[in-house]
Amino acid sequence: MPDISIFTDNFEIYMKGFGNTIWASVIALLGSFALGTIIAVFRISSVKPLRWIGTAYVEFVRNIPLLLVVFMFYYGLPSLGVTLNGFICGTVGLMVYTASFVAEAIRAGIMSIPTGQTEAARASGLTYMQTMRHVVLPQAIKIVIPPLSNQFINLVKNSSILGVFAGFDLMYYGDQVASKTYATFDTYIFVAALYLVLTIPLSFAALQLERKLAKNG
Amino acid sequence: MKKRSWMTIGIALTFLATALLTGCGSKEGGDGNGANGDSTSEAASALESIKSRGKLVVGVKYDTKLFGLKDPASGNVEGFDVDIAKALAKEILGDETKIELKEVTSKTRIPMLNNNDIDMIVATMTITEERKKEVDFSDVYFKAGQSLLVKKGSPIKSIDDIKKGTKVLSVKGSTSVDNIKAKAPDATILEFDNYQDAFSALKAGQGDTLTTDNAILYGMAVQDPNFEVVGEPFTDEPYGIAIKKGAADLLNSVNAGLKKLHDSGEYDKIYEKWIGQAPSGE
Repeated sequence: MPDISIFTDNFEIYMKGFGNTIWASVIALLGSFALGTIIAVFRISSVKPLRWIGTAYVEFVRNIPLLLVVFMFYYGLPSLGVTLNGFICGTVGLMVYTASFVAEAIRAGIMSIPTGQTEAARASGLTYMQTMRHVVLPQAIKIVIPPLSNQFINLVKNSSILGVFAGFDLMYYGDQVASKTYATFDTYIFVAALYLVLTIPLSFAALQLERKLAKNG
Repeated sequence: MKKRSWMTIGIALTFLATALLTGCGSKEGGDGNGANGDSTSEAASALESIKSRGKLVVGVKYDTKLFGLKDPASGNVEGFDVDIAKALAKEILGDETKIELKEVTSKTRIPMLNNNDIDMIVATMTITEERKKEVDFSDVYFKAGQSLLVKKGSPIKSIDDIKKGTKVLSVKGSTSVDNIKAKAPDATILEFDNYQDAFSALKAGQGDTLTTDNAILYGMAVQDPNFEVVGEPFTDEPYGIAIKKGAADLLNSVNAGLKKLHDSGEYDKIYEKWIGQAPSGE
């Protein structure tokens, strides 16, 4: 049984980290959703340069470990004159990385909509953007919820990368508590529990959303 | 029907294979390195189990020039701590090659010692009252002091120049972190997993100064002459060899070994080899 005093004695430290993890996760989640949608639309666009950019982005970013993505921001950017702190580098890196997976999930969703629908919509006089907005994307969203919620749960867990780059997140403060108390196992059990406090409700919310969309057909 | 049963067999086999491979891996990790069964007798027989195993397993740094640094080309780990560890292997087991080195960081060394992954820690580890509650220490084998590393031309010349807003880099789990937080409470302290990461951060401009033991900092200044150690040492950092609590026989052997090194002059030789000058009144 883990020693609860490790948690209660260091409650403020845990909460500081927990708060920053929530911040980083929310920012990266919204950012990667927006960026991922744009990249997905690029990838299926009929404009060749846009397609090329989208494909290059996805193939490059999703095949590099997250650690290296953040590494490039934290240690690489300064040589170009831009020095951002660990929290920003970690959050932006997380957003850029997750966006590549979000893009693929959304693209798969869009492509699962029969082209007959797109053709019918265009034939009825809707523009490309209107077709996307009113016909394709609403249907694609339903299909995309399970893989997307997976990606967002991964995102929350991956936010622990901030711990390696002095990002002042839950993992970073967890390391501090472990070094202070020497109770390695206990410290990290509570860290894990706090991550679960974030990921379990997220899964639950995704499930509810899936059901609600299925009902509205 | 046939297709389904093949799939089930396939999945079951994959699980079995994974379980077997994991089991093999951890077995090697567990028994091979000084893991003793019964916790009450293990402290007393620590020295005996090392002798019967025929190998001393020592935790050293792999990232610290002059004390424990792994050369990526040759794969060899070299430094003052490494030579001390080898000399102890010679004293305890009669042969300095009867040694296995394992990488530790300030963060991982005590957990690894307590897990029996290593027999002892020889890794720029400062003796403190806090740590004495967790491990036993040998006699002091090196005297360092905390100092500051800055880029040449930095306005920071000593600990007094560290003020609010100064970004100080250090390593998780080191005494340097606690000391700098006490001596400069307004400064922003950024902690990293090991010294190379912290040094990379300093080089990238993610911090204004790096703080740890002067001995370690000198090693960094050797690696990159754009950086220099500034200011007088503002703490005493006596290094000790850490051993699992209660292993009295092993502790005595280590202290006896250290004394022999001093008496024979071997210690001074190792010191000069790495620090470049004779030890002052050890």
